[in-house]
Amino acid sequence: MKLVIAIIKPSRLEEVRQALNSLDVHGMTVTEVKGYGRQKGHSEIYRGTEYAVHFLPKLKVEIAVDDALADAVSTAIRDSAQTGRIGDGKIFVLDLLAVTRIRTGETGAAAL
Amino acid sequence: MKTSKILGSAALASLLLALPAFAQDAAAPVVEEAAAIVDKGDVAWMLVSTIVVIVMTIPGLALFYGGLVRAKNILSVLTQVFLGFSMIAILWVAYGYSLAFAGPTEGGLSAFVGDFSKFFLSGVTLDSRAATFSAGFELPELVFVTFQLTFACITSTLIVGGIAERMKFGALMAFLAIWFTFSYVPMAHMVWAGPGLLYGLGAYDFAGGTVVHINSGIAALVAAIVLGPRLGYMKEPIAPHNLVWTYVGAGLLWFGWFGFNAGSNLEANALTAVALMNTVLAPAAAALAWAIGEKVTRGHSSTLGAVSGAVAGLVAITPAAGFAGVGGAIVLGAVAGLVCLWAVVNLKPMLKYDDSLDVFGIHGIGGIVGALGTAIVAAPGLGGYPLGVPEEYSIGGQFMIQLTAVGIAIVWSGVVALVAMFIVKAIFGGARVPESSESDGLDLSSHGERAYN
Repeated sequence: MKLVIAIIKPSRLEEVRQALNSLDVHGMTVTEVKGYGRQKGHSEIYRGTEYAVHFLPKLKVEIAVDDALADAVSTAIRDSAQTGRIGDGKIFVLDLLAVTRIRTGETGAAAL
Repeated sequence: MKTSKILGSAALASLLLALPAFAQDAAAPVVEEAAAIVDKGDVAWMLVSTIVVIVMTIPGLALFYGGLVRAKNILSVLTQVFLGFSMIAILWVAYGYSLAFAGPTEGGLSAFVGDFSKFFLSGVTLDSRAATFSAGFELPELVFVTFQLTFACITSTLIVGGIAERMKFGALMAFLAIWFTFSYVPMAHMVWAGPGLLYGLGAYDFAGGTVVHINSGIAALVAAIVLGPRLGYMKEPIAPHNLVWTYVGAGLLWFGWFGFNAGSNLEANALTAVALMNTVLAPAAAALAWAIGEKVTRGHSSTLGAVSGAVAGLVAITPAAGFAGVGGAIVLGAVAGLVCLWAVVNLKPMLKYDDSLDVFGIHGIGGIVGALGTAIVAAPGLGGYPLGVPEEYSIGGQFMIQLTAVGIAIVWSGVVALVAMFIVKAIFGGARVPESSESDGLDLSSHGERAYN
């Protein structure tokens, strides 16, 4: 099993969710995060003081999938989250050792 | 200006009011002149003004400041304002009113301060009266006492903005108590009481440009300098955590300011309407001027700029509220907006002081602009409403008087604030909280609370 972690622009969440739905992936966890890569921050000015804000708001989307589905999920996320501009984000795929459904106690692929 | 001649006895009243009777036609029957009346409309207006000025402080000023500090410090600001208000309110009726407005009309220290004759309002009864600016009309003295109480409270709590995010709570309360006693009270006496030094000089200060704004602005500056800057000041971002609070606070300040300026007329008449209107126009012009200034200098206007501009305009029109005409109010507001913008953007970084919330930049500098500008906008030729004979009004002459008042206010407040800071530093073993407390945030370290859970 794989854990797909995608850092995306907040405005792309709905597109990503719909793209994953059409792949029959029906669960994900979304966290609000801050970060930067090549996208520069911006500056904010309050009265007389200017602040360089380096960290930009992003969303982290985490999805646990079968090995077979991992590539399709990555591609779907990439296609739906992309805007073409710097700051679109990154996708990481990690090996997932174990999964348990809390309600029923199922484990492994049955729990995904 | 406020004259507080307390006409306690009807005999004295009828003596004074009998004088015009001699000018009447000798053949007409001698009509007994009525004693000065208390008009219920005036009283109702003054009671309302009193209440709205309280709203200026709680929660107006509290939220205006609260939104500007970091989330971990908002409760400390709200609490400093709330309890500061509460303390000064009690000190006012205990001895503040007496020292500011009671006492001999000449001799001794009467030019600077009153006496303790009205300690805890002793002698102030339901029948005691305070004068208004119209002969023949008076207010119940209790109304005047309470109205003035609100002024003492907001002036003192304004200082919170200069010392925000790093001062020990107890030290702050002690500082406010000392400063109120030795700076606010004498300044109120000097400017607004009959025997007062600046009143006698003919200084124009309708609602408190010197007594309230310059006074508190200088105190905040001195306190900020003595305290030292916040940790990380000028190195890391210390941005406002919620400008929506600041916006709401600014709206409540503007709302209450109508009581502050227009209520300072002590009656409900046409001049009250002038002061009310000026209190709309000057901040409006100032907000626009600040916004345009920002657009020109940095490419966009901002919410914080708009509300800061409005406050600067409100500050500047405070001494001029009942003296300026329409054009004067607009111009004075616009000038204050631009000058205060310069003060917070350029002057502050140049001088490197950490007046956290720009009390000096807006109230101090705005108060100076307003106090000096009053001399100009009061000119009858510019649509103003000067005291005395309009033809005899001299802008230059009045300007010098205003300058004197401004100078005295700056020096007096500055010295008292300096001494008060050293006293509280000694008593409290330093006026600042320890570094770890400052990093944790005063809400948690000073008050054991978190604003947002």
